[in-house]
Amino acid sequence: MPTVENTILICAGGACISAGEKSVKNELEDALKEYALNEVVQVVETGCMGSCDLGPIAVIYPEGVFYQKLNAKAARKIVEEHLLKGRVVKEYLFKGDTGEIKEKPQEEMPFFTEQVKIATRNLGVVDPLSVEEFIAQDGFFSLHKALKEMSPEDIIDELKKSEIRGRGGAGFPTGLKWELTRMNKDNPKYVICNADEGDPGAFMDRAILEGDPFNIVEAMTIAGYTIGAKKGFIYIRAEYPLAIERFSNALEESRKMGFLGDNILNTGFNFDIEIRIGAGAFVCGEETALINSVEGKRGIPEVKPPFPAEKGLWDKPTLNNNVETYANIPMIIRNGGEWFAQYGVEGSRGTKVFALAGKIKNTGLVEVPMGITLKKLIYEIGGGVPNGKKIKAVQTGGPSGGCVPEHLLDTPITYDNMKELGTIIGSGGIIVMDEDDCMVDVAKFFLDFTVEESCGKCTPCREGTPKMLEILEQITSGEGTEEDLEILKVLGQHIMENSLCGLGQTAPQPVVSTMRYFWDEYLAHVSEKRCPAKRCKSLFRVVIDENKCVGCTACARVCPVDAITGNPREVHEIDPELCTRCGSCLEVCRFDAISKVSP
Amino acid sequence: MSTEEIKKKVLNSYNECKSDSLNEDDILLNTLHSLQKEFDGYIPLEAAEMLSELMDKPTSRINEVLTFYTMLSTKQRGKYIIRVCKSLPCHVANGEKVIEQLKKRLNIDFGKTTEDGLFTLEQSSCLGLCGVSPVMLINSEAYGNLTPEKVNKIIDEITEKERGVSK
Repeated sequence: MPTVENTILICAGGACISAGEKSVKNELEDALKEYALNEVVQVVETGCMGSCDLGPIAVIYPEGVFYQKLNAKAARKIVEEHLLKGRVVKEYLFKGDTGEIKEKPQEEMPFFTEQVKIATRNLGVVDPLSVEEFIAQDGFFSLHKALKEMSPEDIIDELKKSEIRGRGGAGFPTGLKWELTRMNKDNPKYVICNADEGDPGAFMDRAILEGDPFNIVEAMTIAGYTIGAKKGFIYIRAEYPLAIERFSNALEESRKMGFLGDNILNTGFNFDIEIRIGAGAFVCGEETALINSVEGKRGIPEVKPPFPAEKGLWDKPTLNNNVETYANIPMIIRNGGEWFAQYGVEGSRGTKVFALAGKIKNTGLVEVPMGITLKKLIYEIGGGVPNGKKIKAVQTGGPSGGCVPEHLLDTPITYDNMKELGTIIGSGGIIVMDEDDCMVDVAKFFLDFTVEESCGKCTPCREGTPKMLEILEQITSGEGTEEDLEILKVLGQHIMENSLCGLGQTAPQPVVSTMRYFWDEYLAHVSEKRCPAKRCKSLFRVVIDENKCVGCTACARVCPVDAITGNPREVHEIDPELCTRCGSCLEVCRFDAISKVSP
Repeated sequence: MSTEEIKKKVLNSYNECKSDSLNEDDILLNTLHSLQKEFDGYIPLEAAEMLSELMDKPTSRINEVLTFYTMLSTKQRGKYIIRVCKSLPCHVANGEKVIEQLKKRLNIDFGKTTEDGLFTLEQSSCLGLCGVSPVMLINSEAYGNLTPEKVNKIIDEITEKERGVSK
């Protein structure tokens, strides 16, 4: 059998697949076969490599050459040039800000070098379908250590030493949660993994499940051993079909190898995991709602206490953690709690995976020590805002979080700091917004989301959030008054104080937070009927500058509603009555003659 | 579809889900997912009634769950269900234009199905592909970095493929 000389790792994360990864992989394999290289060059599909904006990505080993933005044509060229002739294909290499070519950005770019990978350590490194590859990365080593060398109390001790807190949003100390569930004498007990990642802009849980599913199997099994449960459930949202597929495979493979099922590793310990699939309800991310959904009911939250550690699934003690929290557990068991706690800062230990999205150059996933400043995260690692625009604010924590304005980006990211700024780390979604984004519009956007996702059980959330949305709609369409702003404040306060679950209690947060930092923008909307970002359609007009227009007719041709008139080579005009403010004309004008005016 | 056929499908889904579960109650959501697949994207009222008999639960119990979750449908849907992401990362990346284009191209609003029964347009909460926003899911395939032009191309390709099939 010939030995493998090259391995091509190709990112098969959701984002790369959506950018055409399959055609790249197929072409690679076809071309390799044509040149009879298929036995010496191995193609491996891995989980998310992190840099989604560069996808589809492939890295060729042993050299470690990083190819980006691939397509079928590129794949063929890489085989013919790189693999056959040993010549690197320059046009698909990474290019830095100034156009300089970098063969191995993983070793040079802050996006890669600043990362400390614990929860995501196997992403982009292993084939997520192969249990052998997972084992080759010391997979299931921690399970072995836990079952053979550690008592449940030892495990809880290590978790406490690591000071890890829940990565799903609330930040509850994980060690304490495990201890409380273990101490409960009621039986049977259950382990749940919350993979109902719903915060807009957060996608680390999806990437972990797709890229390293065995890690979660291992962690949940350790959890079962620790609290004394024989059964685990993972609740995955139906929007993540690929994660469901890969996790199912991981369960089967783990059972075959004896890491799951009866008599695990010959220790007499039995544990198994079942998958439960969500069906498009954001509120199911709330643990009591999730438990109801696992039980096959409507996903409606319950009053806490009792907490799931006392009465959870079928009223039995239940341990519930989110995917990223579990993803850290095997490494904590292997290296010890103190090792984990060396990263991060007081009160916020370890690393956190952040999902960079919105107006940022390097979108994707990064895992960095907690306590890093937002500024470093966004400018150094994320590469800043594209097109030379200025950052206006950064949204963290999804619909339960808030916005951090540009002048506060120096703040180190910790649970406490974020709380002080009126937001939360949440699940780690970071959405960057620039000067073109309207903060009132953003607040309205989130309210629209909560209104849709409110389960309707309690009145403040069910009736209050639509009222807030209605007022925000009035404001963004130029019909708001200053009095409305006061009503918004009072209503928001009321909803936060009186709602049943976390969803309602935090629903007004995006409004409260944008009001706190962007009061001027709210005032401009109501007092001057002006949208400073020129985003709210009722509050700006599109006009043609008669001094600049040369009458090229490009705008008139592209206008979908025929609102632009004028003879060729003469100045054109826009009919404000017909214009829908779609902005198509702005994009095609080559003479910079069209602009938005507000009011 | 005859009552017999419906019955067969319901029984299939029910037995399949029952065999891999430990508790009577918690198989409901899984069974509904499976039923929806059997009936190509929706669950007819008749099927829900039959399931209620099989599970020995009132139909209201089945329906309250069925209507709570946005991804389950009681109405017949198109062969291709387009779920376009409506959350903030897609919104700030000009997702609005993609949505407008989808509505215009298909000539339907959210929640509606095209006359030829091919496409149903729905809005989705975050699809977790924010790195390549705006995004949409067609059945279980994701499409990223969308622009109005790209939307047209994707719809054209599917329509053409379907025409080829029907010929």
